[in-house]
Amino acid sequence: MAKRIDVNDLDIYYGSFKAVEGVSFSVEPCSVTAFIGPSGCGKSTVLRTLNRMHEVIPGAYADGKVLLDGEDIYGSDVDPVNVRRTIGMVFQRPNPFPTMSIYENVVAGLRLEGGKRSRAELDDRVESSLRGANLWEEVKDRLNRPGSGLSGGQQQRLCIARAIAVEPAVLLMDEPCSALDPISTQAIEDLIDELKERYTIVIVTHNMQQAARVSDRTAFFNLAGVGKPGRLVEINSTDVLFSTPSQQATEDYISGRFG
Amino acid sequence: MSTSVTPDAPAPATAPAIQGAAVRRGDRTFLGLSRGAGILILVLMAAIAAFLIWKAIPSLQANTANFFTETEWKPDADPAFFGIAALTFGTIMTSVIAMALAVPVGIGIALFIAHYANRRLGAALGFITDLLAAVPSIIFGMWGLSFLMPQMQGFLEWLTTYFGWIPLFANDLGIFTRSIMIAGVVLAIMVLPTVSAISREVFVQVPREHIEAALALGATRWEMVRMAIFPFAKPGMISASMLGLGRALGETIAVALILSANYTINWQITEPGGNTFAANIALRWNEAGPIGLSALVASGLVLFVITLVVNMAARLIIARRAEFSGANG
Repeated sequence: MAKRIDVNDLDIYYGSFKAVEGVSFSVEPCSVTAFIGPSGCGKSTVLRTLNRMHEVIPGAYADGKVLLDGEDIYGSDVDPVNVRRTIGMVFQRPNPFPTMSIYENVVAGLRLEGGKRSRAELDDRVESSLRGANLWEEVKDRLNRPGSGLSGGQQQRLCIARAIAVEPAVLLMDEPCSALDPISTQAIEDLIDELKERYTIVIVTHNMQQAARVSDRTAFFNLAGVGKPGRLVEINSTDVLFSTPSQQATEDYISGRFG
Repeated sequence: MSTSVTPDAPAPATAPAIQGAAVRRGDRTFLGLSRGAGILILVLMAAIAAFLIWKAIPSLQANTANFFTETEWKPDADPAFFGIAALTFGTIMTSVIAMALAVPVGIGIALFIAHYANRRLGAALGFITDLLAAVPSIIFGMWGLSFLMPQMQGFLEWLTTYFGWIPLFANDLGIFTRSIMIAGVVLAIMVLPTVSAISREVFVQVPREHIEAALALGATRWEMVRMAIFPFAKPGMISASMLGLGRALGETIAVALILSANYTINWQITEPGGNTFAANIALRWNEAGPIGLSALVASGLVLFVITLVVNMAARLIIARRAEFSGANG
């Protein structure tokens, strides 16, 4: 089921470098929250701390609290592997496993969960996940073909199908459309609209129009200054943030004065 | 009044011609050179095969035994009788032992260096494996004979005591030196750096996106390795193993030093004895008569064919799944 996220005073480090400082916000279940801001302001970094993916980089760690329905995912008894099974992620560049078929890509996460599943059960899950990602009609006749043979937009939807096949509580998207053409982007945006009925979605985007189109709430990140850590400038409902931002920096950014 | 552009202004004299021969001299030279190099390889291969066949014919005609099934090697006797059965057995057995030990360990080392060790340790270990791959085989041979062989006595005795019921490990002689087993272990250590150095190269080339895709799905490190790294690196791992196998099959001097050469097919591989194509050629070349030399060339021809077949088999394995390889992703 979709869950809520509460972030409390989060600092993020790469080794001794403090990349992000003092971030606090909340995300309601079954809503879309967009992160916007100039390059290097730490919005992707914050996103990656939400499922502990930033720890994959040697030396990276986070300090603070990230609560998933009240449970701290940075608790000492929490295995990051389990966090990532609960919080799915879609990346900037479509990354289906090139050595796997479309079918195997979708069930990859299910296979990790272990346990015996019947072929029929897997078939069902593949169909529902691909339908959920609006890809079923396009690929149903070639499920055993390699996933890398699809177009970029189809590959990205395959990655979304792979992420939702394990029925995560939250879906994180790190600039999911930045490598795609406008039509594929449209398809993904429509999909986000459908997915938010079942999942909590957090999306990083470079594209302010996209944030305005898909999100319920928008968070604006910025650098505190050159060489200083990134911070959350303001977060508000998308309509308010784009019409009457409370901070000057936000207004400068969304009106195109920098970034 | 502004100057107007005259409509009939002549085109610049240096305008490049769109039509005309598209082949530039540099392209043509390079094409010639690369095509020539490609053809040269084929010619060399054919020349080697032709040489081997030509030189092998006299002994094959003089041979009174079946070349493929005879174990004895007496080409200079009258009448000549010799065969490659024992050599084939020894060569394949030592190589199988070497690969069985070297491939898992080598891939393990490569995996540790590429994805488990921290950067500094990984770099240092990678450097050392690369260096080991360059150590001449005679060094391995001497080391195997004077150090490893005595050290392995105890282990081999233990193996025979507790696993002697497996025919492979039985030992009726009670002597554990100069055996196919020891030669195989030395070969394993010799090909280990080759296997691990090349596997490591492939492992570090696995795109970060695939690794992150697996981790983000909730894969543990080992699951990530099986999901993202091994499938992507499989052709490379096969190539690495094949290069190692090539070295093991053709290794001469280390094996010649270690084995107490004889011409028997003995499945009890901890007992002394056995021989391989390459070692046999090295040991017999100087004392061989004309038919003897020709017979050695004939055995070399078989080794040549075995290596070709092994390599082609590897290519086939790689090509069969080419569509699913990472190369088109």
